Amino acid sequence: MTTPQKSDHTKTSQATVSSSTPPSSTSGGAVSNTLTGLLPLAIGIAVALTLHFGLPLIVNAFYARIVMDIGIAIIMAVSLNIVNGMTGQFSIGHAGFMTLGGYLAAFITYYGSMLIWGDVKTHGGLLGPGELLFVSSCIMGGVLAAGAGYVVGLPSLRLRGDYLAIVTLGFGEIIRVVLQQTGRVINHADALKQGGLSQLIPPPVGGALGFGGVPKYTNIFWVYTILTITIVAAYRLKRSSLGRSMISIREDEIAAQAMGVNIARQKILAFVIAAFFAGVAGGLFAHESGVIISPQDAGFQRSFDYVIMTVLGGRGSITGVMLAAGILTALPEFLRDFDQYRLIVYALLLIIMMLVRPQGLFGIHEIWNMWPLRRRTTKATVNAPSQEAT
Amino acid sequence: MSDFAQTLITALAIGSLYALIALGYTMVYGILKFINFAHSDIVVLGAWSSYKLAIWILPAIGLDPLNLKAPPPFWVPAVVMLAAMVLCGAVGFAIERLAYRRLRRAPRLNVLITAIGVSLLLQNFGQLSFIFGASPQSMPQLMPNLELVSFSFGEGESAQRVVIGLVDVVIFSLATVLMLLMQYLVFHTKLGVAMRAVSFNTDTAALMGINVDRVISFTFVLGSVLAAAAGFLLVMKYTSMNQPAHATWVLLGLKAFVAAVIGGIGNVRGAVLGGFVIAFVEQFGAFYISSAYRDVYVFALLIVILLVKPSGLLGTPMREKV
Repeated sequence: MTTPQKSDHTKTSQATVSSSTPPSSTSGGAVSNTLTGLLPLAIGIAVALTLHFGLPLIVNAFYARIVMDIGIAIIMAVSLNIVNGMTGQFSIGHAGFMTLGGYLAAFITYYGSMLIWGDVKTHGGLLGPGELLFVSSCIMGGVLAAGAGYVVGLPSLRLRGDYLAIVTLGFGEIIRVVLQQTGRVINHADALKQGGLSQLIPPPVGGALGFGGVPKYTNIFWVYTILTITIVAAYRLKRSSLGRSMISIREDEIAAQAMGVNIARQKILAFVIAAFFAGVAGGLFAHESGVIISPQDAGFQRSFDYVIMTVLGGRGSITGVMLAAGILTALPEFLRDFDQYRLIVYALLLIIMMLVRPQGLFGIHEIWNMWPLRRRTTKATVNAPSQEAT
Repeated sequence: MSDFAQTLITALAIGSLYALIALGYTMVYGILKFINFAHSDIVVLGAWSSYKLAIWILPAIGLDPLNLKAPPPFWVPAVVMLAAMVLCGAVGFAIERLAYRRLRRAPRLNVLITAIGVSLLLQNFGQLSFIFGASPQSMPQLMPNLELVSFSFGEGESAQRVVIGLVDVVIFSLATVLMLLMQYLVFHTKLGVAMRAVSFNTDTAALMGINVDRVISFTFVLGSVLAAAAGFLLVMKYTSMNQPAHATWVLLGLKAFVAAVIGGIGNVRGAVLGGFVIAFVEQFGAFYISSAYRDVYVFALLIVILLVKPSGLLGTPMREKV
């Protein structure tokens, strides 16, 4: 890298720090802080409830399904943004975490329901016993994915940029191939109870055909509740000192290290946090109606989708990424009429977007920074993440 | 023993294909420092345009491509391969000119995304019904299915035969010739010096009077031509082809990229070495351990090599300037 570009970096980092100062006021005592802290969660859950009961009255199941897909895509993209956007690492194996979490969650609900109720139908309505099992299985999936995130995060200590990208890609591929070698799904509760532990090796999760017959618990309420939690967590993280240190790694790793940022810890943490939410999203995905989670979902093509969302939204911009995830999930559905031209248009949009607005829709800013009134606080729109050759 | 020999022959043939594709990745990475994800689609283009040309040429000389009784004259595969190479070279040039050149100063991640976009575009454009279509096809047998060498291990009933086919020999020798040409070009011509200079430091190379744009264009054309040759040779060996957007093609490209990384990215000899290493690990792992995990061996080897020697087998470690 040449000297002029170096100075660009410094400028950008200063701009980042100034522009990412919280736009809303942060004054107030501890009590009001706690209250305002809970407010976004309450609003999010209220919105989720409204959508859950209101949406089926307005639109048909096809559109309700798209709304659900958008929710899951946003969880994925926002969580990936913690690694790719905030910390400046480049992971293209995010679908691997998602599928890993999804498989464990589906495994727990499927065989759990079989042991508890003797069949794999859905049990209970909203917040019923079946849904509680489902939600806890999603969290378990998230924990497993977070563990995998720790393992994948380790190479990021030695590898940078494209090399790390290839390792994460390889991770997703390994997950895919390993899942293809799993055993057949056990269909009957009796067979499960009689079979003993040996039938769990290899795990009976359907092999290459995918894990069919998983009870369909996922609904708009849970998708949007978890979405709210993800967004609040990501936003809090971005504003916290931990998030700031992650952003400093993105801007200049060496400078961050010189300032005392524990690079190794922050990088691995970013991977763990992102993988956790991806795992939970995988659980939601595996229980969605019309979906059979399969090893193919761990492959690079799905991971690319999420990477594209984070890049189009702007690296580190949570709202931008949400918008991009929404558009990119909905767009192919509405372009379905063009059938074979659909994906061509999609690819062209992507290239043109990169050529005319390379910093993404919002760059490093949130939507409210883009309001005309706030223009003066958002001078730097060029983000120059420094991923130099190792 | 015969299994070992047969696996060795397959690994040599496949390895030379990986090496050809890896050369394209490594040259582009060496100069522009990004993974050209669209490179695997150039291989696809090479394979599918060979197919299209073959089923277009064969009826013209009075042969039925679906039911070849005897192999066509020897100039047919040669013409098909050269035409595919020219076409892919032109497409590679166009991609660099229209998409990547504008992003020369952009963050590398954006270039990477553009490459993914170009890759998606090529795949789905190829899937259009009037281009290649979205269903798998079978390549006509352009080369005679000859057994050049066949020898046996053991005596009498327990004898096991090992066969070296014409296709394997053609793949290996043609790939070797192309790689030697590359070697000559990069290390013994003025253009090669320019390429290495641009790869070393673009700005300084420009100051020394090298036309950087032209060198980069040439690199893309060269990589695409090699990819086209690899695509053609691949469908000569494995005649059933998947549709252009099928995941196996992307995986093929990824493995070739892994080969480039293992050999030391940006290093021309490393790419060749990496191609063979990958093929050996894949083929012998598939034969002696389990063929189900053949992709896992490749990626596991990659992770191990990156952790032990991040610059690759032949790569020189680069110091980071602060």
